[in-house]
Amino acid sequence: MDVGDVGDGWIEPLSERDEVLTRWVERVAGDLRARLSVPELQRELGEIYTALTVALTAGGTDLRAEQFGELRALLADLSSGRARQGFTPRETAGTVFALKEAATAVMEKRNVGYRDYVRFSEFIDELGLFTFETYVRTRDQVIVEQSNQLLELSTPVIKLWEGVLAVPLVGTLDSARTQMVMESLLEALVSTGSRHAIIDITGVGAVDTQVAQHLLKTVMAAQLMGADCIISGIRPQIAQTVVSLGIEFGEIVTKATLAEALALALRRDGFRFVRRAAGAEIR
Amino acid sequence: MTGMDSQRHPIVTESDVVRVRQVVRTLAVAAKLSLVDQTKMVTAASELARNTLVYGGGGEMMIDLVDSGRRRGVRAVFIDTGPGIPDLDLALTEGWTSGSGLGLGLTGSRRLVDEFAIDSSPGVGTTVRVVKWSR
Ligand SMILES: Nc1ncnc2c1ncn2[C@@H]1O[C@H](COP(=O)(O)OP(=O)(O)O)[C@@H](O)[C@H]1O
Ligand SMILES: [Mg+2]
Repeated sequence: MDVGDVGDGWIEPLSERDEVLTRWVERVAGDLRARLSVPELQRELGEIYTALTVALTAGGTDLRAEQFGELRALLADLSSGRARQGFTPRETAGTVFALKEAATAVMEKRNVGYRDYVRFSEFIDELGLFTFETYVRTRDQVIVEQSNQLLELSTPVIKLWEGVLAVPLVGTLDSARTQMVMESLLEALVSTGSRHAIIDITGVGAVDTQVAQHLLKTVMAAQLMGADCIISGIRPQIAQTVVSLGIEFGEIVTKATLAEALALALRRDGFRFVRRAAGAEIR
Repeated sequence: MTGMDSQRHPIVTESDVVRVRQVVRTLAVAAKLSLVDQTKMVTAASELARNTLVYGGGGEMMIDLVDSGRRRGVRAVFIDTGPGIPDLDLALTEGWTSGSGLGLGLTGSRRLVDEFAIDSSPGVGTTVRVVKWSR
């Protein structure tokens, strides 16, 4: 280690691993109020401490440098783990910032100068910010995962009548979702032996060219399986927008409401709807 | 035309495109656009955001409310530093796609909005600016 460099004087004192690490674990355990056990923290922070000192010994303090790869990976694990366990961003970054206070005693004992201490502090701040960024990224990911789960939940295939299935679509229709809709619809057509499929888009906020393309594909797949496919729930603002975009649904039958689509499917199956004359008895 | 504080939204994943639609919807409501015009603006933004993502390799949207003195509107600018469009006339031909789309995104969104300006240079990137005014 290049101890002589101005500003690097904080690195050597960190070799007092036991003292610094013990304090660090104590502080973090106190902050997190026993939500993580001391042995757990000893292992987790111990690994981070090792990676940190090994990388610093190699020279340089640029977190992006190759020798910090292991440390970055460990910090990323720590913060994504904390994000998933429901710790706050403050608690998560606080774990890293606690290292500052944990190391203060050895810094004083070794008479580390003001400038060196500032460098040390800046370095820990970098680590804290890195942790924070990973935390945020993980939280975003969790949100995406949750909404994917919601998507799966929100595409049920419903049997409206003997031989008539419907899929009410709600929200946005991306490729992954369409794939899911298409698969469950085709499966249900086969397993129930249904001849009619209705895709209802009342709950879809906007139909852009990608959504239209996905819809067309689904309808085509259903037709290939011998089913009649109707798209229903095209609200006026959607109809106007689709026309302006230049999308043509061609031969595909569209209906304004799910009720009309069901009536059409039943008529195609030979049903007739007759309203009983007033006063006639129901048998 | 004066612009109020503009917002910047990254477009790097498919879920950003969803977010873009939501942001545009919110501002379109704030600009008091009719339901049809809201839907048109949201749909145009969806097309352009997806182009930014798919063809531009990602980029961002700048969006703000604008005021002409007489009318309010929403302005959205889609910016990427991707490969650019070598032949704009071709790209603006109905049904033409270099990928596997319907080739209706650019021509369609141009019809859906009140103002449409595209600026693209090969190797530099693409910027598309659209405005939808309240009636
Ligand atoms: N931001 C962009 N960067 C590069 N090329 C683009 C961009 N936007 C559109 N293009 C080109 O213009 C073509 C037409 O776009 P569009 O009308 O949206 O149809 P589609 O998305 O179905 O291909 C695209 O296939 C692509 O080659
Ligand atoms: Mg497109």
